Amino acid sequence: MLAFLGRRILIAIPTIILISIFVFGMQKLLPGDPVLVMAGEDRNPEVMEFLREKYRLNDPIPVQYFTWIGNALQGDLGISLRTQQPVTELIGEKLPVTIQLAIMALIIALSIGIPAGVLSAYKKGTWVDWIANLVALSGLSIPNFWLGIMLILLVSVNLGWLPASGYRPLTDDPLQSILTMLMPAFVLGTGLAATLMRHTRSAMLGVLRSDYVRTARAKGLSEQVVLIKHALRNALVPIVTVTTLLFGELLAGAVLTEQIFTIPGFGKLIVDAVFNRDYAVVQGIVLCTGIAFIAMNILADAAYRVLSPRMKDA
Amino acid sequence: MNLNAPLLDVRDLSIQVAGVRPPLVDRISFSLRAGQTLCIVGESGCGKSLTSLALMGLLQTPPLSIAGGTAQFAGRDLLTMTRRELGQVRGDRMAMIFQEPMSSLNPSLKIGEQIAEAVRRHKGVSREAARARALEMLERVRIPAAAKRLDAYPHELSGGMRQRAMIAMALANDPELLIADEPTTALDVTIQAQILDLMRDLQAETGAAMILITHDLGVVAEMADQVAVMYAGRIVETGPVAQVFDDPQHPYTIGLMSSMPSLGARSDRLVTIPGVVPQAAAMPDGCRFSTRCPFRTPICDNVPPLTSLGNEHEVACFHAPLEQTPKLRVVGA
Repeated sequence: MLAFLGRRILIAIPTIILISIFVFGMQKLLPGDPVLVMAGEDRNPEVMEFLREKYRLNDPIPVQYFTWIGNALQGDLGISLRTQQPVTELIGEKLPVTIQLAIMALIIALSIGIPAGVLSAYKKGTWVDWIANLVALSGLSIPNFWLGIMLILLVSVNLGWLPASGYRPLTDDPLQSILTMLMPAFVLGTGLAATLMRHTRSAMLGVLRSDYVRTARAKGLSEQVVLIKHALRNALVPIVTVTTLLFGELLAGAVLTEQIFTIPGFGKLIVDAVFNRDYAVVQGIVLCTGIAFIAMNILADAAYRVLSPRMKDA
Repeated sequence: MNLNAPLLDVRDLSIQVAGVRPPLVDRISFSLRAGQTLCIVGESGCGKSLTSLALMGLLQTPPLSIAGGTAQFAGRDLLTMTRRELGQVRGDRMAMIFQEPMSSLNPSLKIGEQIAEAVRRHKGVSREAARARALEMLERVRIPAAAKRLDAYPHELSGGMRQRAMIAMALANDPELLIADEPTTALDVTIQAQILDLMRDLQAETGAAMILITHDLGVVAEMADQVAVMYAGRIVETGPVAQVFDDPQHPYTIGLMSSMPSLGARSDRLVTIPGVVPQAAAMPDGCRFSTRCPFRTPICDNVPPLTSLGNEHEVACFHAPLEQTPKLRVVGA
């Protein structure tokens, strides 16, 4: 397993280099000049020239790239053009918030989506299946922002059960932190739960028809054991794949959800940076996201090997 | 308990598929005594596998359903048992071996665990005891290096080894009845003989009764005490294997026997039965073989009952015994 992980990480390095070139190139190609933003209303040419020199924007583009990537390798992603804070520090501040939101949303999505999918496959064509599908369809069709606002109205304004917005660090007050994050995580999680439910259902339908499930029943095993130990375990491989793919949706959804619930996370950081042409921050964030994606894929590959012994030889 | 009473007694079992009029399996009856082997033989789609699945309670319902009949197993009707009761019987007192050993084993569980879980389920023994039993079973089905194979996954074994593991799994709880649905069809010819030998030896050791489903008359000749020939969902001829093989009476059985290639005196070409099995919609109301039968007369528009010819030999044909029918030469030649 360790050798496998090592190999996968080595293979990931060229991908990361490509991502970094892409990220850097995109920034250069995009319209909008950060210097204009920084120089303010009067656009004094001397000030602008000074800024260009300071941020080394007059260097040839390849030189700029190597300067940036060289610093990045040492953990220095530059300084925010807007707030003058180091990008690494900004990301380090906001990332845990979004990770907490993402993990809670994923837990909610998995704990709704998988059981609902298993049940609706097992009870295919009955009212259980219908209801599960209806709920899934609603989960997919209801936009996050609408569900978020409605939940705030109901749970916070009318019932006063949970805070409507804000963020408490997990290290401050774990319980309060989780409670504050519960509603955003639910909003973010339900959409994913619907997708997961649909994929779990179709994977389970395939597995439930298989000969080994029939064998398990022929052994007289109880339906729970047949469903969980024999069927679900084999259906998990496509579910892991979908979960990996959903990771992107999770990040995109986090951007929106953080706006609705005014959570000071990664999503808000991205939006602000893009609007402010805050180069260094956007580059840093996209690079981090890219690396996170690669890490998710490596994790998924590792999970496949655990779940499906046949893949070990592949 | 009466020792002469059959272990399994199936009466008028019918299986139908939703929306299709003629039942796929139509009022079939057979019985089996402890330690006996019954071979159900017939071509693909004649309902022999459905019959075995119905006995195990493994029919895909819906669309399939049992339309009638009883199946007394050790004094209780398998067809009216609740799912819970059935769960206690199958895997314990009756077990099944399937055709495809690769797809019938769970690809993500170790062989040892797949055997041991059946033991734990029915015997309520500890994990260690169940594992020990799994090892013992792997040794009994003559899998080399059995201790190592306990922790192997199905894809790490050859086809023959996998079928041996399936047999070990089925016999782990010493069932009184073993149902084997084409257990050697998916295997190489040389392996087939080994597996059949093994099954016969284990049957002799354990005294289990066996229903062996096959389309291979060679397997029937080698394994069976009793044989039941099925055609299009009905049993057309049944009896002790020697009797049926020496003196087949149903035109379909005769056709089946003469279409079997043999190493003996070679005739010019393989004899085949003309025509094909009718589609469900075109199934004749009377004798289902009448569309292909050279002896057909108007009486064949009625359903022929299984009629005894003596010595437990029964045949469902109005023209039996065929010695009295002059047209016999047509098929035999």
